[in-house]
Amino acid sequence: MAAIPVMGVVAIFVFLLLRLSPGDPAAILAGDTATIETIAAIRADLGLDRPIPEQFITWFGQLVQGDLGRSVLSKQPVTTLIAQRVEPTLSLALCTLIFAIIVAVPMGILAAWKQGSWLDRGIMALSVAGFSVPVFVLGYVLIFVFSMKLDLLPVQGFASLSEGLPAFAARITLPTIGLSFIYIALFARITRAAMLDVLGEDYIRTAHAKGLKDHVVLVKHALRNAAIPIVSVIGIGFALLIGGVVITETVFNIPGIGRLVVDAVLARDYPIIQGVILLFSGIYVLINLAIDIAYVLLDPRIRY
Amino acid sequence: MRSRRFHMLVSAIGLSIGLGLLAGAASDAVAQDKKTFRMVPHSGLRITDPIITTAFISRNHGYMIYDTLFGVDDKMAVKPQMVDKYEVSGDKLTYTFTLRDGLKFHNGAPVTSADVIASLARWGTNDAMGQKLFSYTKEWKAVNDKTFQLVLKEPYGLVLDSLGKPSSQVPFIMPKAMADTPANKNVPDEIGSGPFRMVKSEFQPGVKVVYEKNPDYKPRSEPASNLSGGKVVKVDRVEWITMSDAQTATNAILKGEIDMIEQASYDLLPELKKSKDVVIKDLLPLGMNYMLRMNWLQPPLDNVKVRQAILHAIYQEDYLAAQIGNPEYYNVCGAFFGCSTPLATDAGAVGVKKPDLAKAKKMLAESGYKGEKIVIMAPTDLNSISQLPLVTTPALKAIGMNIEMQSMDWQTLVGRRAKTDPIDQGGWHIFHTAWGTADMMNPIANAGVKGLGKQGGFFGWTEDAVIEKLRDDYARETDPAKQKKLAEAVQKRAYEQVLYIPLGEYHQVSALRSNVVGALPTPALALWNIEKK
Repeated sequence: MAAIPVMGVVAIFVFLLLRLSPGDPAAILAGDTATIETIAAIRADLGLDRPIPEQFITWFGQLVQGDLGRSVLSKQPVTTLIAQRVEPTLSLALCTLIFAIIVAVPMGILAAWKQGSWLDRGIMALSVAGFSVPVFVLGYVLIFVFSMKLDLLPVQGFASLSEGLPAFAARITLPTIGLSFIYIALFARITRAAMLDVLGEDYIRTAHAKGLKDHVVLVKHALRNAAIPIVSVIGIGFALLIGGVVITETVFNIPGIGRLVVDAVLARDYPIIQGVILLFSGIYVLINLAIDIAYVLLDPRIRY
Repeated sequence: MRSRRFHMLVSAIGLSIGLGLLAGAASDAVAQDKKTFRMVPHSGLRITDPIITTAFISRNHGYMIYDTLFGVDDKMAVKPQMVDKYEVSGDKLTYTFTLRDGLKFHNGAPVTSADVIASLARWGTNDAMGQKLFSYTKEWKAVNDKTFQLVLKEPYGLVLDSLGKPSSQVPFIMPKAMADTPANKNVPDEIGSGPFRMVKSEFQPGVKVVYEKNPDYKPRSEPASNLSGGKVVKVDRVEWITMSDAQTATNAILKGEIDMIEQASYDLLPELKKSKDVVIKDLLPLGMNYMLRMNWLQPPLDNVKVRQAILHAIYQEDYLAAQIGNPEYYNVCGAFFGCSTPLATDAGAVGVKKPDLAKAKKMLAESGYKGEKIVIMAPTDLNSISQLPLVTTPALKAIGMNIEMQSMDWQTLVGRRAKTDPIDQGGWHIFHTAWGTADMMNPIANAGVKGLGKQGGFFGWTEDAVIEKLRDDYARETDPAKQKKLAEAVQKRAYEQVLYIPLGEYHQVSALRSNVVGALPTPALALWNIEKK
């Protein structure tokens, strides 16, 4: 229920911010050689000449009925435009998240287990590289090597799962690798830090003393107790992925939500911006809810 | 048990990657499909109504799905397109047009006189040439379903030029039901009678547009020539795939995933030229033009001497070198109506080809300029013109002007330039832009030489009764030789009053896979006649 006032505040804030920022969708729609009369006529048709409170009431009235409005430029319903872009963004975010977890968590565990060793230093060096290399540079390098030189994967584009797993995998592989680098670095560091905290605890020493094998101690006893901060960061990482993949989408020409909202901002297409930001705020609320539920599952001592 | 699961997971990942590699090969095979033409347009299509906006991408969409009454040929002569024949009365007041047989809209309905008249009425509301034509029009009337008449109040020299105008806000013919939409609202559908049909179910605004061959289209028998002649479609399907990153588009054409980049990036042309699989072509031979526009409502630019001082401080070569770089793709051009058009002339062209800073300083001193701040709006996100304000600023500082260059994104500039307010309330003095030559090739089409002020003028609101009289004289004149003289007079006056400052002509070249043949040089984008060998 707390999500409703949060989203309400976001809605009001975004609406006002857009109306108070410079730019005029009517002028953009009319084109470069339009006269001020033409622009004024279009502005009136779009309702942008009406007082801001009146515009807000109209928009909010539609919103509570589930209508996000229509794009100023294309006249398509915002819900349709978002629906067209959800699959590429979710696919990229989920693939990146899964790939990053699969790679990063074992790396973090190993680094913690072998703290101070060359393995630990090597993993941490990789982690620094992951944070340092901009995603677009990595994207271009991957395209250059795997597409242009080795001719193994396509340069750009997105294929829906409905077009078949092979086509989907071919298009999603490079962007996933490129985008996951920074998340691998982040998750590996967090996992290592959380594991180091836990590995010094008495119950770990007890487990070793009982003669349990290293991997059992690490996974069953240490990782489970170190999971809370790791899950928190993974959750935040997923939220960031949903809203922050626009550079990867651009480099690999993936028609996702990131590009939709950036294009809408550049074109001052208010209904799209408002709709997408509301969607993002809803997703953030849901992710936080999922993280809270995960805490309870991982640590029965936590109660809300 | 756990080990087995782990192996299954690894196998699944390996299988997915392996299949992915196969898919990559498969996608290449698809790209070889000779009946599907994939291209990267210069911008994403969002506004599908080519009358409500002057955006080139919407115009190009218009040429895909709509047809025109007339079109221009390679020599820029107007030729019948949907029109079969036409007659002009002896007093030059009545034009009678007859449509070709077999013209059909995509919904199967025949194209009728009523559709044509409604389409022209809507176009005449928004387009500068249309507005001028309609100001001379007494009436349009349907004689029968295929024949219609234009009755003029007085002889008008640009009837066919208007109906055959090649660039933005082209008089495309739509069904009457669509054309009855007010000109400030988007048309509700995508039904034309042109050589392609839009596949609406696959349309993703700003991302992808798909067209298929219109099987009912009946091309003219003449060979294709510019935007006239037989529009013979030789592929089954065309896909416009928007790529906002020039490097990605370059990689995609080098790899064969696409067949054409409409506007290749100048920076990446050397890379494209190295490939034997890609050819570079200038498909827009008329070119584009940069311009510097001043706001006549804002002091001190309401003073012609200040404007003339600025004119004498400008050197086109600096702009072109900064913005384009490679002289292969630009030329200094002082003509207001294009340097390769029938009205090309150097008449009155002073300053831009050879700056005279001493004279500029002297004129500025004589003007009474007292160091008032001049605000230049500089769009930082529009790569195609972002360097221009960076050249103007030092040029004007060099003659002693107090310049404030304000950086902003292009859409902020577009909104702000419509403001007539004083500087301290968000007003402005100077902005730069770029127009296609096809949109400025005569004194009526070129909105920059309007002298209408705030009543219908282009941003900057240049107001000059003399130039309006000359434009009217040009519009009335039917003799091409006399029209040329009048166009020269308009240009001279435009330079004297400094309606805008031309900053040179440049050419946006296209990149095509070497197996693509039949691409036509046009002022817009023509994808009929193209085939993949």
